[in-house]
Amino acid sequence: MTAIWRSRSFAVVAVVAVLIVVWYLGAVLLNLQPQLDTYQRSGAAVPALPQLINDLWSQAKPILPAPHQVLGEVWNATAAQDITSKRSLLLQGWITLEGTVLGFLIGTALGLLLAVYIVHNEAANRSLMPWIIASQTIPILAIAPMLVVGFNAIGLMGLLPKALISTYLSFFPIVVGMVKGFRSPDQMQLDLMRTYNASRWTVFWKLRWPASTPFLFTSMKVGVAIALIGALVAELTYTGGGGLGVRLLTGSYNGQTVVMWAVLVVAATLAAALVVAVGLAERLTLRGMGAQPA
Amino acid sequence: MTRFQWILAIGAGLASLLTALGALPDASWGVLLVFGATAAYSALRFIIAAPVWMDGVLTAAEVIGVFSLLAAPSLALWSALIATWLLAWLFIERLSRSIRAGAAPALGLLVPLVFGVTLLVLWEVMVRGFGVPDVFLPPPSTIWGKLISSVPTLWKDFEQTFIKGVLSGFALGSIAGLVVAILVDRSPFLKRGLLPIGNFASALPIVGIAPIMVMWFGYDWEGKAAVIVCVTFFPMLVNTVAGLNSAGRMEGDMMRTYASTYWQRLLKLRLPAAMPFIFNALKINSTLALIAAIVAEFFGSPIVGMGFRISTGVGRLDIDMVWAEVAVAALAGSASYGLIALIERAVTFWHPSVRGGRA
Repeated sequence: MTAIWRSRSFAVVAVVAVLIVVWYLGAVLLNLQPQLDTYQRSGAAVPALPQLINDLWSQAKPILPAPHQVLGEVWNATAAQDITSKRSLLLQGWITLEGTVLGFLIGTALGLLLAVYIVHNEAANRSLMPWIIASQTIPILAIAPMLVVGFNAIGLMGLLPKALISTYLSFFPIVVGMVKGFRSPDQMQLDLMRTYNASRWTVFWKLRWPASTPFLFTSMKVGVAIALIGALVAELTYTGGGGLGVRLLTGSYNGQTVVMWAVLVVAATLAAALVVAVGLAERLTLRGMGAQPA
Repeated sequence: MTRFQWILAIGAGLASLLTALGALPDASWGVLLVFGATAAYSALRFIIAAPVWMDGVLTAAEVIGVFSLLAAPSLALWSALIATWLLAWLFIERLSRSIRAGAAPALGLLVPLVFGVTLLVLWEVMVRGFGVPDVFLPPPSTIWGKLISSVPTLWKDFEQTFIKGVLSGFALGSIAGLVVAILVDRSPFLKRGLLPIGNFASALPIVGIAPIMVMWFGYDWEGKAAVIVCVTFFPMLVNTVAGLNSAGRMEGDMMRTYASTYWQRLLKLRLPAAMPFIFNALKINSTLALIAAIVAEFFGSPIVGMGFRISTGVGRLDIDMVWAEVAVAALAGSASYGLIALIERAVTFWHPSVRGGRA
C-alpha cells in the first residue's frame, strides 16, 4: 500500500483526478447564472438537481465547457470527421505541424551555426551574444504581421512566413544551450587534445560536438515547444492558410467555447507528442553513443 | 594582427580605394579624403603597427562618407558600404582581442554597441539605396521620426498594455507561482504529483487560452492580465521548486543542529539558495508576459493598446506605426530584462557566476 502511495504515477493520477473534479465543479458554478437566465426566459421552472447539472454540463455555448464536452468535440472533429474537411482538427493540426517542424529545423540549424561561430570567435561572442538575448525581448507577435505583409509583398505566401516565426523563437534556446554545451569539455580534455596537436576542427568533431549532445536535446525540447507557440501565433495574424490558430480565432469570434477548448486540447497533445519525439531521439542517440541510461 | 584580421584590413583598403576612384568624377572633397585616406592607411599597415582606436575613428568617418554618397546611389555607394562594413568588423575583431588580452574591461560594452550601430547603418543604407518600399521595410530613420512624432499615442498604448496589463499580470502570476511552490514544497506527495504536471504545462502553448480569458474577464486590461497570470505561473512554479531543493543537505543539517524552525530554514537558507532559479523564471516570464499581452489584444481590446495598434496598423498598411510600436516593445522588453538582471546581481552577489564577474 505504501509503495503505491509513494509512487510517482499514483501522485500524478491523483492530482489529475482532483483537477478534473475541480473543472466539473467550475463548469457548474460558472454556467449556473446563464442557465438560470435561460430557464427564466423560456418560462420553465428550475428542474431538479440531476437534471439541472445535466443541463449545465451540456450547454451549446457554455462559459466553461465540461471535460466530456471538450473530449466529445475533439472526437467529433478528428475521428468522426472526414480528414479533408476544413472542420477536421487533424487537418488543421497537420497544417500547424508543418509550419512548426519546418521552422524548428531551420531554427535548430541556425542556432547550431551561431553557437559554433560564437564558441570559436571572441568577437562574435562579444558582439552577437547580447543582441541574441535582446532579440528575444522583442515580442515576436509584433513582428509576425510584418513578416506576413512583407513576404506577401514579394510573393512568398503560406508556409514560410509562419515557419520563420517559429524559427525566430526556437533558435534562441538552441544557441544558448549549445554555447554552453560546446564549452562543457573541461580544461584537462582540451589540453589533452592540444598535446595531440589536434586542429580546431578535430577538437570540435571529436570532443566538443559529442560532449554537447545532452545539451542539444535539452534545448531542442524547449525549442520545439516554443516553435509550436510561434506557429500558432503566426496563424492568428495570417488567417489565409488555416491551422489550429485560425480555428481558435474563428471559434473566438463565434463564441464557440467548446471548439476553442478542443483546439487547445489538440494543440497540447501536439506539443506533448513533439517533446516526446525529441526525447525518443535523445534516448536512441545516447544509446548509440554508448551512454549509460540514466 | 591575425591572418583573418589582415584579410579584413586588406579588403577594407581595396574597397575604400575603389570607392575613391569610382567617386572621383563628381564626389565632394570630404568623401574623396575619407576613402582615400583609409586606402592609404591600409597600405601603411604593412610598415607601421596600426593602433586599434584608429580603426574606430576611420569606421566612424566612413559611415559619414556613406551617408553623403547616399544622396545619389551609385556603384561607389555599395563599395563604400562594403568598406565600412569590413572596417567595422576589423575594429570589433581587434577590440575584442585586446579586451581579452587585458585592456580596460569597460570597453566590453563598446563591442555590442558598435555591432548594433553597424547593423542599423547597413539597414538604413540598404533600404534607401535599393529603394525598398516603406510597406516592406522602412529605414530606421523613418521609424525614429514616427516614434518622435507620435509619442502621446505610443505612451497611451504603453500605459494600457504594459503598465496596466503586463505589470499586474506579471506580479500576480509570479507571486502565485512562488507561493504555490513553497506550499507544494512542504508536501512530498504534492511535489511528486504536481511537478510533472507543471513541467508538462510549461511546454504547452498556454497563450492559446487568451481568447477564453478575454471572454471571461472582458476586453480591457483585466483579461490580458489574466492570460499573463496563467502564462507566468508555471515557469515560476517549476523553477522555484527546483531552487528550493538546490540548497545543500549539509547546510540544512547544520541548521537543524542549531534547532532552527522550518521558517528559519526557509528564509535564511532555502529561499536565498533558490534565488538564481527564481530570477531565471522572472527573466523567462518578462518576455512571455509581453508576448501574451499583445496576443491577447488580438482577440479583442478597447481602441488603445500596443497589440491593437499593431493589428490595425497592419490592416491599414501604416507600417511605420507598427515598427514604432515594435521599437517601444523591444525597448520595454530589454529594459525589464536588464532591470531584472541588475536586481539579480545585487541579490545573488554570493553566486559563483556573479562573483566571477560574468552573469
